Amino acid sequence: MNGVREVAVISGKGGTGKTTITASLAMLMREGVVVDADVDAPNLHILLQPHVEEEHRFMGGFVAEIDPDLCESCGRCHELCRFGAIVPPKGEGAYQVDPVACDGCGLCQLACPTEAVRMVQKEVGWWYRSNTERGPFFHALLRPGEDNSGKLVTQIRTAAQEFAKEKGLKRILVDGPPGIGCPVISSLTGVDAALVVVEPTPSGVHDARRVVELTNSFNLELYLLVNRFDINEQIAEEIEYWAKEQGIGLAGRIPLDPRIPQLLSEGKTPLEAGGEVRATLEGLYQKLFDQKGR
Amino acid sequence: MRITVASGKGGAGKTSVAVSLALAAKRESLLVDCDVEEPNAALLLGAEPLKSESATIPVPEVNEEICTFCKECSKACRFHAIMILPHKAVVFDKMCHGCGVCSFVCPENAITEVPREIGKIVWGEAKGVRLLEGRLNVGEAMAPPLIRQVKAKMEESEPPLVILDAPPGVSCPFVETVKGSQFILFVVEPTPFGYHDFELSSRVVVELGIPWGVLANKCVKGESEGIVEKMEELCSSKGGTMLGKLPFSLYVARGYSKGDPMVVADPSLEPLFSQVLDRIQEKASRGEAR
Repeated sequence: MNGVREVAVISGKGGTGKTTITASLAMLMREGVVVDADVDAPNLHILLQPHVEEEHRFMGGFVAEIDPDLCESCGRCHELCRFGAIVPPKGEGAYQVDPVACDGCGLCQLACPTEAVRMVQKEVGWWYRSNTERGPFFHALLRPGEDNSGKLVTQIRTAAQEFAKEKGLKRILVDGPPGIGCPVISSLTGVDAALVVVEPTPSGVHDARRVVELTNSFNLELYLLVNRFDINEQIAEEIEYWAKEQGIGLAGRIPLDPRIPQLLSEGKTPLEAGGEVRATLEGLYQKLFDQKGR
Repeated sequence: MRITVASGKGGAGKTSVAVSLALAAKRESLLVDCDVEEPNAALLLGAEPLKSESATIPVPEVNEEICTFCKECSKACRFHAIMILPHKAVVFDKMCHGCGVCSFVCPENAITEVPREIGKIVWGEAKGVRLLEGRLNVGEAMAPPLIRQVKAKMEESEPPLVILDAPPGVSCPFVETVKGSQFILFVVEPTPFGYHDFELSSRVVVELGIPWGVLANKCVKGESEGIVEKMEELCSSKGGTMLGKLPFSLYVARGYSKGDPMVVADPSLEPLFSQVLDRIQEKASRGEAR
């Protein structure tokens, strides 16, 4: 897109190694921007050690608030609310909103005969433009428990794309979240390619298939890498066979190597394990970013 | 009694622990898979689906014969789910929260709500454990509406013990799952990533005021010790309970890779899970949380 190649790393299942692999790719990348789109539980900053240059508030959806002085306890809001977010008073007194349950739809405000309800926009997180030893890094943190993660992912990806364009950078690497829901969808819209990191277990395969099904709605190149493949080589082969049949590019295999968690605990990436692990990661980078003279 | 098994970071062993607890509970229990985006409990339990029903949310259908294209609905919709063009009403189904605002404001009564399927609710059973699973349709963006419906179904015939398998993460799907639980068991891998996400999720449960505890999983001699200490400190400072430390076991990992939960891969773990359940019951009934 516009001379900038954007690649997202996804998995379906959590804990397959997305962030570890993304950090390794980030270390190999030149002229690129890195984005941590797992805004709910971001981890990439732990390895990339960013210096924050800009911090921004992120405003999310709305939450209803009832003014107890205006509330006449008619209960209309409670009748209509579909999210169980209106709490009736125990005896007399005003109705109250449960902000955790509140969906922010505003039906209570529309229905209230005394205009006792106001809708307040929530500050639900922060996003950052930072610098790392390897270049610019966009990341965010959604306040624990909040929603609108998809919107926050879109925000940092847009900021990264604009930054890349402005600075003439050619690549954007996105560390995606687990699952198939809104933050994953927001991580995939408009990317050129996605890498699925799969673990060779029944759960890993089940989840990878669902996220691959999700990618069918997008026009993108798809690649697959089997992480910790030697936990079950039979399943590793089966998933690779399936991937080939689906037209998914095979991007390599990484073994369960005890040096990797050791390196991670020291804040280093698996690249430092050298040998075949490093070679696989370098090959992966090539495949995702440097093929055909990209 | 509802126990939610959560983790913050994915891949810590939530589902394996949840299934293992359900198998260890030698009493009538129900396992509820709330990880509706990627439900795995059925796989680990070895449960075949017995009954499946459609989970729907109401979305607007505009009768264009009655509609005057006044745009009141699109102005009132906070989710950009309905757009009114000069002679056409367009509904973006997947953005719709099913809140009912549009039909409420329509001055012509031109909007009816029709059910749209977002996923399935599936009953299963295996090895003496009943399973209730929510399975979000691929392409649906929002997990919480389906999680709510799964929990409502759970309430229709709730046994004395319910174990909920939560989704990974710390945001709305996780919160939707843990609301209403009497205890939250975090399964945490003692790595820098695992600890980071666990700390984030502990903030939510402390705010919600629900008693909680931790099971450290896949502990490796040397590397993990510092982080296990941090976990213990977090427990003491925030009112949680350290309930156990499971070592990393290649044996359990390979068993898992064949689809076995912990207690099936290593039956010697069963007494530990029974003990964890007993301690949780004890903590929850004392309502231990600040």
